[in-house]
This record gives sequence, structure tokens and C-alpha cells, in this order.
Amino acid sequence: MGLKIEINNIPLEVEKGTTILQAARKVGINIPTLCYLEGLQNPGSCRVCVVEVEGANALQPACVTEVNEGMKIRTNNKRVRNARKIILELLLSSHPWECNTCDRNQSCELQTLAEEYGIREVRFQSTQEKLPLDESTPGIVRDPNKCILCRRCVAVCQEIQKVGTLGPRYRGFHTVISPGQVDLLGDAVCVQCGQCAAVCPVGAISERDDTEKVWEALEDPQKYVIVQTAPAIRAALGECFNLPPGTLVKGRMVAALRRLGFDKVFDTNFGADLTIVEEGHELLSRLKKKLVDEDKTVKLPMFTSCSPGWINYMENFYPELRDNVSTCKSPQQMFGAVAKTYFADEIGIRKEDMVVVSIMPCTAKKFECNRPEMVDSGVQDVDYVLTTRELGKMIKQAGLDFVNLPEEEMDAPLGISTGAADIFANTGGVMEAALRTVYEIVTGKELPFEKLHVTPVQGLEGVKEAELTIKETLPDWKFLEGVTLKVAVAHGLGNANKIVESILKGEREYHFIEIMACPGGCIGGGGQPRLTTDEVRKARIQAIYKEDEGRKLRKSHENPALKELYNEFLGQPLGEKSHQLLHTHYFDKKNKKEKEKVKV
Amino acid sequence: MKVREIVKKYKGKRENLLQILHEIQDLDAQNYISQENIFILSEIMNIPVSDITGTASFYSMFSFQPRGKYIIRVCASPPCHIMGAETIFEAISKELKINKGETTSDGLFTLEETSCLGICAVAPAIMINDTVYGYLTAERIKEIIAQIREEEGK
Amino acid sequence: MNDRSIAQILVGIDSNTVLSGARQIKTKLITELSRQGLSEEVKVIETGSIGPTNQGVVLGVFPGGELYANITEDEVEEFIQERFVKGRTYKKRLLAETLPEELRLQEYDSRKTQYYGRIVLDNCGRINPEDITEYIGVGGYEALGYVLKEKSPQEIISIVQDSGLRGRGGAGFPTGLKWSFTFREKRYPKYVICNADEGEPGTFKDRLIMEGDPHKIIEAMAIAGYAVEAETGYIYIRGEYKLSLERLQKAIAQAKEMGFLGNNIFGSDFNFDLQLKIGAGSYVCGEETALLSSLEGYRGEPRLKPPYPAQYGLKQQPTLINNVETLANIPAIILNGSQWFRHFGTENMPGTKVYTVLGHINRPGLIEVPIGITLREIIYDYAGGISSGKFKMAQIGGTAGDILPEQLLDVPLECQSLQELGHNLGSGALLIMNGTVSVADFLRSCMKFFVHESCGKCSVCRIGTSYLYEACDRLNRKEGYVDELKNMKDIATTLKLTAFCPLGQSVAQPVLSALKYFEEELKEGSNPNKKGKLPTREKSEGVFYYS
Repeated sequence: MGLKIEINNIPLEVEKGTTILQAARKVGINIPTLCYLEGLQNPGSCRVCVVEVEGANALQPACVTEVNEGMKIRTNNKRVRNARKIILELLLSSHPWECNTCDRNQSCELQTLAEEYGIREVRFQSTQEKLPLDESTPGIVRDPNKCILCRRCVAVCQEIQKVGTLGPRYRGFHTVISPGQVDLLGDAVCVQCGQCAAVCPVGAISERDDTEKVWEALEDPQKYVIVQTAPAIRAALGECFNLPPGTLVKGRMVAALRRLGFDKVFDTNFGADLTIVEEGHELLSRLKKKLVDEDKTVKLPMFTSCSPGWINYMENFYPELRDNVSTCKSPQQMFGAVAKTYFADEIGIRKEDMVVVSIMPCTAKKFECNRPEMVDSGVQDVDYVLTTRELGKMIKQAGLDFVNLPEEEMDAPLGISTGAADIFANTGGVMEAALRTVYEIVTGKELPFEKLHVTPVQGLEGVKEAELTIKETLPDWKFLEGVTLKVAVAHGLGNANKIVESILKGEREYHFIEIMACPGGCIGGGGQPRLTTDEVRKARIQAIYKEDEGRKLRKSHENPALKELYNEFLGQPLGEKSHQLLHTHYFDKKNKKEKEKVKV
Repeated sequence: MKVREIVKKYKGKRENLLQILHEIQDLDAQNYISQENIFILSEIMNIPVSDITGTASFYSMFSFQPRGKYIIRVCASPPCHIMGAETIFEAISKELKINKGETTSDGLFTLEETSCLGICAVAPAIMINDTVYGYLTAERIKEIIAQIREEEGK
Repeated sequence: MNDRSIAQILVGIDSNTVLSGARQIKTKLITELSRQGLSEEVKVIETGSIGPTNQGVVLGVFPGGELYANITEDEVEEFIQERFVKGRTYKKRLLAETLPEELRLQEYDSRKTQYYGRIVLDNCGRINPEDITEYIGVGGYEALGYVLKEKSPQEIISIVQDSGLRGRGGAGFPTGLKWSFTFREKRYPKYVICNADEGEPGTFKDRLIMEGDPHKIIEAMAIAGYAVEAETGYIYIRGEYKLSLERLQKAIAQAKEMGFLGNNIFGSDFNFDLQLKIGAGSYVCGEETALLSSLEGYRGEPRLKPPYPAQYGLKQQPTLINNVETLANIPAIILNGSQWFRHFGTENMPGTKVYTVLGHINRPGLIEVPIGITLREIIYDYAGGISSGKFKMAQIGGTAGDILPEQLLDVPLECQSLQELGHNLGSGALLIMNGTVSVADFLRSCMKFFVHESCGKCSVCRIGTSYLYEACDRLNRKEGYVDELKNMKDIATTLKLTAFCPLGQSVAQPVLSALKYFEEELKEGSNPNKKGKLPTREKSEGVFYYS
């Protein structure tokens, strides 16, 4: 059944279909790669993973070559090492030598390999055309000069996200990775998900660095600077400090943020709980209008709206779904709007003097906070967004020994949250959190799942579905008695595309759909520590569920701070005030953009 | 609208993309594929712009810059090279006062370098639009260009 | 053909002869014959390349079979007078006594090889490629009819396998084996593809085959389709080959009309449809997997092998890809049998090979000769010797081929003997150079080609070719770095070992062979004072180590 092979004289048996790379890893042999990405159609283009296979004239790329029965492989003899060295020399010869001033200094895969292979000189010199830096979007910065054309970004953009913004252009030595026929991302349709930045092995694609602006705000005595941290950060920030993926560092993160000088350390979780209450009521109101009032203008299924990458995707590719997407702002933006009104009033600070900083696993959040309509408090609701990676850098700059920091608690009131908010971090989480609340509103009883986990929508399957029949409703919700609620969950825009297409074609019907733009959800966001593999995703998700299960309060509507917010300020869910501060509307960017583009 | 018809002729199939691009380019008075046409094509064929651009820019016969009525493609491959292709290129460049990839100000000629045209037996060779010219010398180049100019002048 | 002509004048019209006014000569012949009242008796037929190139307009006269070259318009009248009125050869322009005699392989005479021992080019220059009846007249489509009625796919494959035919595109893989791989797969539809993306500089044999005998390719593809159970064929032809394209288009239309393509061919239940696909200027697309990418409408970048196209080819279906010249051998092999084919060439590589002989020789052009003859024979016996000066070097197999010095003139041009020396036969281009060509300059032009044509997918080829070009350029300007040759060797070796596709690997061939045979000359381009490293710390010499 298995195939018997030998790697560096170590005999082993592996299943058919195993690549040399995978087989080698099984016996603890590392083979360097620069273009390889787990689970994708790999191009086999960087060539640094070449190994010697007995009987073959040429060296073979380990990442894409499947083993055969009796294959004898050498992964590190002189011939192989020499070839790799020359390939590295070639790559370095056409790569700018700016390591010290590069965003990826010490986290660059090419630099690491150059170090591992003891490259002490680069004998080759090639004339390099200087290409302009692309700083045209709020979230992502590209330096095509640093690109080694590994095409990981192309693979995620085209295969996983199915957005197809990035692709190779021209050929040979002149090949560049570019957004279509334009040089700037800002001139193309890019949803800013940042998955490209998350997989780039070198400093060619990164998030826009906003740390200096945040430092400046922190130093400014006139400013009252508060910070919110997305739920996905606490399961990933540790990786910036070499802690294993899935280490929960919430307490240490709070301590670090306080030591950085933030006046209050709050939680986007608060915004998430708020989102669930608003969105849950919106879903119920849509169901009522549809089922009872037979209002044709009400659209179902309703899509979640937390993921700005998804919103960008929808506006650019499926603007016809604008009315299907929940009008709820994302938790980040709800938080900002509430902080600069309710909270600012409460502590007597002018909203103009308040700076709201978000720590997000996401590059699209940088885009979202800059959307012109996100100013419902009267000023920009959220001022700066930092990715997990940027926060890691700030903590290092501040000289904090993160690993050994004490565990501290979030500040009240906007730091108070429930377990339902934690699971916003991963795919299936928003759905589960919403169902926990909606079911209880309708029936007065707890969601009938073990540990409140809606297991069918958990895990890394691309598209997940669940059905829930509502029984024994409270009197107000009689119209839902016996109704089977059909829900679906998709993560990664490629999967979102599948679900959207099946709905538009009428192949599938749902009431409620959760979509997260990034694979695995926010824990796999474009701003998370590199490199997010499925193994890392699972570890982070596990940590998030652990956090949820450890909480006393696990349903958003039970959040005491939220109750207070409604009592003192908002009134009721979907009320006038929430409508003004917490809800938004969407644009048809597809047709608008088309027209603009043609004009160019 | 023309683009739409061409796509229709090829049943909108991805596998016919090169043929479609050829036709779009040939139909254009300036011998190139315009941005606008790529956007239209992208929408009709439902292929991302980056993909169409990436594909088209891979092939040397497609241009994204307006070109002249006559595209002079000078073979620069070794068989022509050893027979003096470089002097031919210089002769044309001098005669037309343009460099590689440029178009004369009257919009008549574009000068390009190309890989082997497969007419090596008559090296050094060039191709002007679909016509090939061989056994070239600097004098012959002058004659050919003068002839085209004369025809155009009529 | 029901015309009553007793003689025919064939006018070789191909991309080369057109330049010398072949079309005008054709018109002049027709008007002159009519003026002299000979229109009934003598017919003028347009055909593809007759063979000799660089000989101006070439005419063939049948019966008789003599060839005339360099005929001018002014001479047409005199020619017709001499040849058809007085009935004697037109000595002034007669070529037959030199070229065809040399090419004649009388000992292996057979119906298909009467014409100068040619298999692949037997009809080129003898029939009107735009008239299907002429192809039929010389036995065309007979092989297709025969296999459809008499042979099973397996039987055809074993005939091809027994013939020992190897791919003529460059790699030399056994054709029959390739067919059997595609036959073995049982997923349908399957495809047959003719690789007519002839981009290797100095190679234009496929063009002349397509221009001169397009129906042969169509017939061979239909046979291949029947043998591997494919019902759709594609000819992927490079965008520059306008005349080939036109002739193939016409030929396909005629074949469809006559029922040699379409449904129920020859009354059998075999259906076969053929389509033309045009490339758009990319050398890499000659590599079979890159060709598939291009054929599907994508960037012409090579794909990973395995899986091979035989299993996962076009649209992930089993696909057979053969070169034009390879296919052109098929009808003759079918009709005459595999043993007949083995009479030609060598044991290891039977058959003939079409070479394009170019450069500093007296008669550049196309020849079809048995495999295994030496470079010396080709240069001095067929190509009329070096045109000026002395032989210096030859590049065999195109720009991705080896550069051979004088001492290898007597090596048989055949896979095995060449491989023993670390060289390849390649595509059939033979570029002969005299002492005026400098190795560095020539290599520079080769590398310029690769820089232009590298697809850019894999790092070694993308950056390696660019470096090699710059290195050759420096050597040519006598400004090469101290370690230039060593660096070039390192890169070329790495390319050969690690490039993604065979084309990338083959970039090493000219570099390594030039370094092997012409190291001394190349060295002269290095300047001992020039260092080419990127700025790294200089090693200090005044440091003592404790040992």
C-alpha cells in the first residue's frame, strides 16, 4: 500500500501522492522553500527546494515532485547545496540590498535562507530597473523591486480569494506581479484582504505602517488615546514573540498596551456583542417582515457584515447583494462610534481629542476606518488601525519583555464582553454567537447545542451549512414556530463566491449567511503573524474556543455593559440612535469603477 | 461593440483568448490593444483584468501602446545576427529616426526587435506587417522604406 | 485530374522565393505559355518549397524532374522556347545536375521515396499544396483509408513503435511509445496536437512542410487521432507563419469537403475534427506543456511534469503532442511499413532528418538526409562548403544547441553519438560560422534571445539568462570580470540542473559547449582589473590565525 523510499539513507514508507517535501518533513528533514504554500497548486518556480533523485539527470523540486516506489533522495549533498547556493545568489543579485531598512528585516524568508546557506558573497550582478513603490491603498504597500516572483500572492489572490487582482505581467526578466494593466493597486479592484501580504516571503507586500502615527498620538498630551483589540489578536500576538501558535496572551497583551501608554485598553469584543444584539434583531425583523408582512422589499438571506474584505468584495463584484447584507457596521466601527459619543460624553472628553486605535488581524480594516461614511460620531470614528504584526513591533520598540508581562484585565466599560464575542475571531463564530442570542430571544431557552457550540459550522471546511428548527417560541415570535432556520458559513472569498453564485442561481436557499474574507476567519487575517498555515489556524481557533468556554457570560445579550449602554444611551436595538450610529449602507462600486476605468 | 462581436464569434471561450486578442489588435487602426478594450473584454468574458493583461503581455505580438501603420520587426536571433542584423536595425533606426519600440511621428512606422521569423535562409531578414524581406542591406532598407512612403504619399 | 497537359512546371512559392519574385515568374510563365500556344500542353503549378533556398526562384519540370534556379522574368520566354519548343534542358539555369543527384538514395527506392530519397519532403515542391487532388494523386490519404479499414489502433501503434521513429522536435522521444501512453489512458475526450510553434532560431523545416505539403500533416493527425482514440486535433501554429496558416486553412477546408475530416471518415465510425490555433509570439510555447497553457488561452508557461500530457494534457485530458516533422513521417511509415523506414538512418534513430543549413556556406537551405551523416558531409557535400574563409564553429539544433568546434565535424549527427559527448541533436538547425564570428559576440546574441524569450516563471532561468547575457556582453566588449567564465559555468550548470522546463535547461548547452571548446578565446574578454561582486567586505590579507 505505502511506498517505500529512502531520504538521505533513512528508509520510510509514505502514502501515494506524498511529495518529497512532505516525506522529508516526516523524518525531520527540512527542505528550504520560497514559493511553496501548503494546500495550493504550487508553481514549483523558486527552485530552492531542489533535491537529488537517484536516476534523474536534473535535480527535482521537492515541493511538487511526488515520490515513487523505491525512490532514493538526497536532500543535502554537495550537488544540491551548490545548486541552492547559486539559486540564492541569483535571487539576491536581482533583489535590493536594503535588508536593514526593510519591513521584513529578520522575518524575511530569503534573508533567512541566505544566512542558513552561508552566502557571503554574491558574484552576480544584474542591472535592475527601478520600479515605483505602490502606496495607493490604505491597507497595503507593495515594493515590486523586492519581489522575487514566487507567486504566492498570485496563488492566494486568484485561487483562494478568487479576486484575481494580482497576476504576473510581461515575461522573462521583465515579469512583474501587478494589479492588471495598471501599476497601482488603488487603480484596480482590490478588496484589501491582505492575504498577499500574509504570504509574501520577502518585503514586497506589507501592510501600510501606521505605528508612527500611533506613537505620535500616544505622545500628544492633548489626546486621549484608547485602544480596542480584535478577538483574533489574543490568540496570535504571542507568535510575534516566538510563543507557539494558539497561545492565549490576552492578559499580557492588555498589560503591554497599558505600558505603551494607551489611556484605556478596551475590547473590540464589546463591539462584537453589540453587533450580535443589533444583527440578531435585524435578522428577526427581516424574518418577520418577510414571513408575516410579506414585504417584498426585504431581502433574504441576510449576510453578515463584519468582514471589510467581504464588504469590499460584495460592493465590487456583487453590488446586487447590497440589500442582503446586514446594515450593521462591523464591531470595530460600532466600537468607534460608541466610544466617541457615549464614552466620550461619559468621561467628558471632546470627541476631537479622542483617538481610537484598533488592533486588528486585518489590512482591510485600515481601509474600512477610512471609508468616508464612517464618521457618525461627527469625526472619524476609528482613527488608526494597526495589524497584529505592527503591534508586535511597537511592543518590541517599547522594550517590553512581552513573554514575562503580568496578566491584566481590560478596562470598563468598553472592555467588558462575553464569550460570544471571542468567537468572532474564527469562521463559524459570528453565526454561533448570533444563534446563541437569536434562539434565546425567540424561545427564552438556551441554544440546544452542547457547550453552545454549533458544531456543523465549525472547522476549516470551506462552506458549511446548518439547520435549526425553532420550537416552543415565546408569544411574540409565534410566526417562527416550527420554522427551520437555514444558515451557511463561508470563509475565504473563493468560498464566498461559491455560496453567492449558488444563491444567485437559485440552487440554494438560506436565511442567514456568515462570510469572512480570510481563510479560517479573522484568526487567519492578512495582518496576522506570518506564516498562517492550516495547522496554525487550527491552533488559534482552539485557543479562541478555550477562551469562550472559560467565560461566565457566553451570550452577547448578557453583557452587562451592553445593557447599560442600551439603558443609558441607545434605547433599544434597531432604535433611532443605533440606526444613526451603528448601521450603515453600501455602494455599487462595480459599475462606478467600470466607468472610471474606461475613462483612464 | 466590435469586441463583443469578436468574442461572440469565438463563443466566449477562454481557449480562444489569443485569437480574440489577435482580432482586437488587428481591427484597431493603431495596431494595439487598448485599455478600454481589455476592460470590455474582461467584463464580457468574465476574466479578471489582471489575467487578461497577464496573458496578453506574455506574448510579444501584442502591444499595449499605439503603433504605426507599418510594424517593422527586425529579427535579432543568432542566424540573422551573424549575417549582420545589427547593421540592419541601425540602418532602419537611422532612416526613421526612432529607437526600439518607438513609432515615427507621422504614425507610419513602428520599429521592433523580434525573435527568429523562420526565414533564416534569407538572413538578415525583417517582417513589415505580414510581408517578409530578406537578403537585406542598408541600401535595400532605404529602398523599402522609400517605397512604402511613396505608396502612402499617393 | 482531367487536364490534358503533358508537362508541368512547378513554381516553388514559399516565404523565401516570394522575395525573389516567384509570383511574378509564375504569372509570366502562364502568359508566355499562352502566347506561345502551349497552355494546353504545359501546366503551371504553384507548390511549396522545392528545396534549394538562396537560389532565387526555383522551378521544377515534370516529367523529367530537373530543377532550375535563379530564373528571372526576362528569361522566361527563352526558357519556354528551349525547354518546351526545342525540347532540351535550359542549361543556363539548370540546377538539377548539382543538387538532386546528391540527394538521391537510389538503393532504397520505393514508391514513396523516388523523389530524392525524401520521406518528409517528398511532395514538397512536387504538388500544388493548395489542391487536395494533387495530394491524393501522389497517394495522399491512402494511409488513412488503409488504417481505418485494415488496422486497429494497437496495430498502428506497434507499426510506429517498430519503425523506431523518434520525435523530431528536439527531445527525440520514441514516437510510438508516446502514442501508446495516450492510447493507454481511457478518459475521453482525448486530443491530438500538432506542435507547429517552430520558434527555435534557424529552424524553419516545419514551415516548409506546412507550406509545401499541408495535407500530409492533416492525414498524419487523423491517423494519430484514430490510433490514440482522439476525435479532436489542434494545430498550434506560430503567429508569424502567415503562409503556412493560409495553406493549412485551405487544406483543412478541402479535407473536410472531401470527407477526410469530419464524421465517419472512409465510411468508418471514426470521427476527427481539426482546428488551427495561432500563437502570438513566444518561444517557450514550443515546449509541450507551455503549448498546452497557451492553447487553453493562458500565459505560455510550462507546467509541471509529471503528470505528462499523455495523462493530463489539454483541459486535463489525455493528449498526444507531436512535432510537424514527426507527423510528416507517419503516412509513409504506414504505407511502406516499419522495416522500410528502418532502412534509413541509424539503428538507434531510423529515418531521415530535415536540416536547415545556414550561415557562412555556399548553399544555405533545407535538406532531408538520412540520420547519422556528419556535419562535414552536410557542409561540404550538400551545402557547397564554406562561403568565405575557414570553418570556425557550428551551432547545431538551434540557439539552445551546442556550439561545436572543427574537431567534431566528423561526429555522426544522431542522438546517441552526440549524447556521449554531452550534446543534443536538437531541432535540425545547423548554423555554420566562419572565422569572422567571435564566440563572445555570438553567445551574446544567443543569450539575448533567451532573455527575450524566457518565460520568467522559474528563478534560475529568469535571472540566470539575464546574467549570462550581461556577462557575454561584457566579454564581447573585453570588459569581462575576472571570474566571468567561472560564474558563467556555475550559472549554466545550475540552469541545466534546476531549470523548470527543458527549454530553460537547454540554455546551458551553448554556454557550456562554448566554454568547453572556446575557453581560450572567451578568456580574452576578461579584464583582470574588473571585479563583479556586489558590495561585500573585501577579505583582508593581513590577518593571522592561530591554528
